[in-house]
Amino acid sequence: MSKRGIVLYLHVHQPLRIRKYSIFDTATAHDYFDEPDATTDRNNERVLRKVADKSYRPMNALLEKLLARHPEFKVSLSITGTFIEQAEKWAPDVLESFKRLVATGQVEIVAETYYHSLAFFYSRPEFERQVDMHRAKIRELFGVETAVFRNTELAYNDELGKWAESYGFKGVLAEGWDPVLEWRSPNHVYRPAGTEKIALLLKNYRLSDDLAFRFSNQAWEQWPLTAEAYDQWTNAAVEDSQLVNLFMDYETFGEHQWEDTGIFTFFENFIGKWLANPENTFYTTSEAIAAYEPVGEISMPHTVTWADTERDLTAWLGNGIQREALRHLYALEDDIVRTGDQGLIADWRKLQTSDHVYYMCTKWFTDGDVHAYFSPYDSPYDAFLYFMNALRDVRYRLMAYHRGGIHG
Amino acid sequence: MNILMLGWELPPHNSGGLGVACYHMSKALAIQGASIDFVVPYAATHPGMDYMTIHAATQLEPLDRYGSMGAYDSKYAQEKGGAQGHGDIRGVQKRYVQYVERMVQEKAPDAIHAHDWLTMEAGMRAKELTSAPLIVHVHATEFDRSGQQYGNPLVHEIEQQGLLMADRIIAVSNLTKDIIVRRYGIPASKVEVVHNAIDVASLGTYDYDRATYKYLEALKEEGYVVVATVTRLTVQKGLTHFIRAAARACEKYDKLVFLLAGDGEQRDELIRLAADLGIADKVFFTGFVRGQQWRDAYNVADVFVMSSISEPFGITALEAAHYNAALIITRQSGVCEVLHNIFRYDFWDIDALADRMIGIATSPALSHELKENVRHEYARISWNDVAKQCMQLYGNVRAGVAV
Repeated sequence: MSKRGIVLYLHVHQPLRIRKYSIFDTATAHDYFDEPDATTDRNNERVLRKVADKSYRPMNALLEKLLARHPEFKVSLSITGTFIEQAEKWAPDVLESFKRLVATGQVEIVAETYYHSLAFFYSRPEFERQVDMHRAKIRELFGVETAVFRNTELAYNDELGKWAESYGFKGVLAEGWDPVLEWRSPNHVYRPAGTEKIALLLKNYRLSDDLAFRFSNQAWEQWPLTAEAYDQWTNAAVEDSQLVNLFMDYETFGEHQWEDTGIFTFFENFIGKWLANPENTFYTTSEAIAAYEPVGEISMPHTVTWADTERDLTAWLGNGIQREALRHLYALEDDIVRTGDQGLIADWRKLQTSDHVYYMCTKWFTDGDVHAYFSPYDSPYDAFLYFMNALRDVRYRLMAYHRGGIHG
Repeated sequence: MNILMLGWELPPHNSGGLGVACYHMSKALAIQGASIDFVVPYAATHPGMDYMTIHAATQLEPLDRYGSMGAYDSKYAQEKGGAQGHGDIRGVQKRYVQYVERMVQEKAPDAIHAHDWLTMEAGMRAKELTSAPLIVHVHATEFDRSGQQYGNPLVHEIEQQGLLMADRIIAVSNLTKDIIVRRYGIPASKVEVVHNAIDVASLGTYDYDRATYKYLEALKEEGYVVVATVTRLTVQKGLTHFIRAAARACEKYDKLVFLLAGDGEQRDELIRLAADLGIADKVFFTGFVRGQQWRDAYNVADVFVMSSISEPFGITALEAAHYNAALIITRQSGVCEVLHNIFRYDFWDIDALADRMIGIATSPALSHELKENVRHEYARISWNDVAKQCMQLYGNVRAGVAV
């Protein structure tokens, strides 16, 4: 009989934000991702260096210590290509520390699209190319193969489950959303509808969000959360089940929840407490799938994500400007890929990162909840403007290429 | 509660936003139970304003209330009447003060509410005679009117006195409050921000007449986008930047035309500038518009620009939103503080304005989202909320709080 376990899955990502790129830059400068103003959060180097100090360095140090202290402690990480490229440039030591984590054998890397894109919903060939690129990059950097898949923003539907099986993955990660689960618990392994060999791991959003969103909220009745209390909740969650899937952004530790909230100390204490119970352990995503047979089948005909109260794609595709931006972007696919121009193709793909359309989300503005708009831009409309100006420049380069213009 | 409201204009005799704001504010206050005596410096009928008593401080025609100077042209105000005698604005103001003096001796108000420098002297005098609390409502300061210059020292002096003597000050935006605090040295705690609003019901039913701007309509059918502003053509409004941005935008996107609805002393300069920049055929000047032509100007617009260098509030932006335009507004305009589904830019940033004009003109989705989303916002802004804030303020001042 396998032990009851926590699957701790952390998502590591930084987008390449577009600078204030005006129509007067279009066809003139191609440096969309190089904001010169070092005081703004559109400046990718500034953000990466800041988050490296606040989150990646202290959290990796803590993980390394805990992995050494507790051989049973396991972590699963997904690390996007856009993060890796930026870390290579501005924080190579952070990448080295990730390599040391993976080298312990207690850390699994989860597969995803290299560019953190929504390509699955627009172009299957492009989506697969980005999954392959990510797999290759992970192999090159860490010397490991990926076996479990997560889609951008945990966006999942039955189609994705079937695709993951056909593409040779052992499992997929998704949100454990009540309207889908109904009476069922997220704390088991499931089988995606219409598949035979693959497993579905569902996020326990209550326990995950206690850390990711509520931990430092002083208005929360459970604040301040202690490791004892959280240990009790997690133990209670697996009383008659097997797994607690804690899925969240890696940056929860140190960036979303700052060090002075006590998040690091809390985390260290909690890991110790959980493992102090001899019935408890940790699993990587692959280990959890190997340890337990699916208890049933789950169907999600409509796309479910891990975002907002709606758990859908409206934060990315909910309004006209978002849909227009992506429609124009993906319309270029064949012509762009055909050029074989690596610089042009890479820039086009960097524009696919879902964060760009997230910055164009207007639902908080419309609801009057302006403070919920987290973005390095003044407004969703500015985000759209700079994106479209950059996209026009991509078109211009494409045109120049096919005319044998600027690229000879 | 008896409120002595000291104003300079009411519709239909207004030349700008001040009269509109006073009208709606008074109406909402009356609904809240205030009894209002509203003093204007001219004699005329004001249809549909039975909810308050309107007093004519002089027998002048409405258009004579500024003397020989144009509406809001405070720069011509002088201490000595000179050749114009009582016809000059200082003369009108003196007669206004005398009228208010007589009035308050007959009936003392519970609170005095004075609007802008034009009536501040009368407000101070009424306070002196009755010891009722004085609330000074700042819709614009001399810094705004002069386009962030120092302005007319005499007007500045009256404002300074009025702000010092006031028991409470209402500013129409945080931008204005900031000017009152920084440039006039008034403690921030004495200044309350009460944003203006829009009364959609008062705009009534109206049918757009495509014939009014027939040529523009024809261009729209050809795929042109109309970028408009409805304003006085004066330095405060930053219109030279607007024209320069128009020319800049046309370098990249040709199917743009520009409508400047309104009149003012800067008109000839703007016409010359458009010609010098080679876009004279794309810029349309209407002259002064009201009624159907005024509403149609909003309606024909796809994009409404408020290019003001210093705009305390800017009610026209709310009107433009109502008539379904996408908005581009300077950060130096107070209305920015209540609307979010708009483009903001700094008034001097011509490229930023041009970029946004092109962005909207080339993206139906962007244009649609801006128009649709701002509708939800402006509809939430109500004069009733303004009146509630004012009533609360009258009560508190009377009780001796926060003086």
